[in-house]
Amino acid sequence: MNGQRPRRGAKQSPSKGDLLQLYYYMRLTREFEESILKLYRQGKILGGAYTGNGNEATSVGSAFCLKKEDYLFPMHRDLGAHLVKGQSLRNLMLQHLARANSLTRGRDGTGHYADPSLRIYGNISHLAAMIPVAAGVALASKLRKEKAVVMTYIGDGGSNVGDFHESLAMCSVMRLPLVLIIENNQFAYSTPIAKQFIVKRLSDRAIGYGIPGITVDGTDVNEVYAACMRAVDHAREGEGPTLIESVTMRMHGHSAHDGAEYVPKNLLEEWKKKDPIARLEKHLTEKKILSASKKLEFEQKISVELEDAVQYALQNPYPAAEEAAVGVFAEQLGIKI
Amino acid sequence: MAVVTYIEAITKGLWEEMERDSSVFLLGEDIGEYGGAFKATKGFLNHFGSDRVIDTVLAESAILGAATGAALVGMKPVAEIQFADFVTSGFNQLVNNSATMHYRWNIPVPMVVRLPSGAGIHGGPFHSRNPEAWFFHQPGLKLVAPSTPYDAKGLIKSAIRDPNPVLYFEHKRLYRHIKGEVPEDDYTVEIGKGDIKREGNDISVVTYGATVHQALEAAELLEKEDGVSVEVLDLRSLMPLDKDLILDSVRKTGKLLIAHEDNITGGIGGEVAALVAEFAFENLDAPIKRIGAIDTPTPYSPTLEEFFLPNKNKIVAALRALAAF
Ligand SMILES: Cc1ncc(C[n+]2csc(CCOP(=O)(O)OP(=O)(O)O)c2C)c(N)n1
Repeated sequence: MNGQRPRRGAKQSPSKGDLLQLYYYMRLTREFEESILKLYRQGKILGGAYTGNGNEATSVGSAFCLKKEDYLFPMHRDLGAHLVKGQSLRNLMLQHLARANSLTRGRDGTGHYADPSLRIYGNISHLAAMIPVAAGVALASKLRKEKAVVMTYIGDGGSNVGDFHESLAMCSVMRLPLVLIIENNQFAYSTPIAKQFIVKRLSDRAIGYGIPGITVDGTDVNEVYAACMRAVDHAREGEGPTLIESVTMRMHGHSAHDGAEYVPKNLLEEWKKKDPIARLEKHLTEKKILSASKKLEFEQKISVELEDAVQYALQNPYPAAEEAAVGVFAEQLGIKI
Repeated sequence: MAVVTYIEAITKGLWEEMERDSSVFLLGEDIGEYGGAFKATKGFLNHFGSDRVIDTVLAESAILGAATGAALVGMKPVAEIQFADFVTSGFNQLVNNSATMHYRWNIPVPMVVRLPSGAGIHGGPFHSRNPEAWFFHQPGLKLVAPSTPYDAKGLIKSAIRDPNPVLYFEHKRLYRHIKGEVPEDDYTVEIGKGDIKREGNDISVVTYGATVHQALEAAELLEKEDGVSVEVLDLRSLMPLDKDLILDSVRKTGKLLIAHEDNITGGIGGEVAALVAEFAFENLDAPIKRIGAIDTPTPYSPTLEEFFLPNKNKIVAALRALAAF
């Protein structure tokens, strides 16, 4: 823990039921991404396909701390956060397959959608560009006394973009209810972290803004959960933002086209031993929280729901071409939820 | 002469200029060991070393500002922006520092910014931009957009030797799809000079970048099927524009189609149209026509993107309308 400590304590460890939920969502996240990769290889997903393999404890464990009224601004490795916040597999699949009924009506792909009904606002490609927007939502929440917290993410590389720093400056001074999680996964595309920063921990950046900063083991969902719960509480109580660094490994290439030959093999092997899902599974099995039959039940549920989502999305057509011209300007105020 | 791809031509030009002038250096994200997202600088790090091929932090404003600073004191940086879209994260540096320094301080700023641009690759709204028009409006920046390997190599060399900031728009769709003969020896393509890629007498198409190839195909088709002779003028350089070449072509043909991939409104085509309307009005036999992307962000879904973008068929239709006028 660096800088100022969060003042409030919070429930710091997940219950047994929570742990099972966390496990389920982490498994679901990984399986979903495997089907994305399969669809990509089949030429059904156009452009790029990104996964968060290795990041499941972070994306799932963090979003798990949010309430319904809280806002989520996920990044490109955070499929798990979308799922935890309630996004359906069908909607996510429609997005990836750029279909007519997707949340962006085919105008954008992957997690680049907004779903106000769930208070999820996706990223754009420009790294860190959503952090100021998340700050703006935090500002609105504060001005309207909503007590809603905003959670968002950034990569180790992306944390060098000016928007990251400008947002922390604003949120710290205005004590805005923001939780900013740096997903330090050792690489930014091909660039190792040694070329991105020379501080020991990225959470040390918090010191410069006078806000709490904490580094957690991003392969341990319990640690992620504890830190995020505290940060969310801190924000909800009006104490301002927290910076969390979650340390893990990007186990896949930057995107599906990237073989990541630049990643040393032994590094991958080291991190494979710390796989967040295997780690949680071991813990849950040892503690007799997860039985073999429960595990099987989860696996079957995931497989059925995924198959449904894939088939559903594949059957949905692409948008009609002329639709491209529609929707640049709004006709009226307000959104339909 | 060797036949090389468009991206190989860029690589060759960069390599030769780095051999020729030790003040030239490269900076950008993932350009070293990885050789860049599109592999334009593969092998450069081993040959030129890490002082001349610099993997930077992920921060475009720092990259473009640092290029400006190094150029200010006499070095010749070539910055790579991973996708042209991300130049927006360093916009301020280019339009307020790089562009105005010579005017205010009388000091040259010899820097190049490489911008992999363009749509048609299912990149969606943030990996498809043609951002040239934003910079076209800013005095002090030169802009080039090659369409062939020959021009790509000649223009990167001219850009590096130019005493001004030059934005080099390289179209991603051309990288590996377009091949052409490129001389092994040292040659340059002058910035500010367009090129008649196909001569014709009935209609002029003024275009640049990837759209040049669509215009050439459309021109072939019109020749064959309609007996209409279409001239294709490749601007190559967007700032400065080769005004004489444009006006001469239109004075010859009397009809003008302007075609670019960037969206129509506020695009470079508008300036070309104004130029012709102002200085060659009496030579026009038909209203000026323009083709470009529709005025929306670049959509992701393939049906939408196809509707959004100009293509050969749309150019053919516009040419036929002009021919019939
Ligand atoms: C402003 C900006 N510059 C460059 C890129 C291109 N790009 C996309 S992801 C990426 C690496 C991101 O690394 P990091 O922030 O560490 O996140 P990770 O992908 O490792 O999770 C780069 C360079 C971008 N999307 N946005």
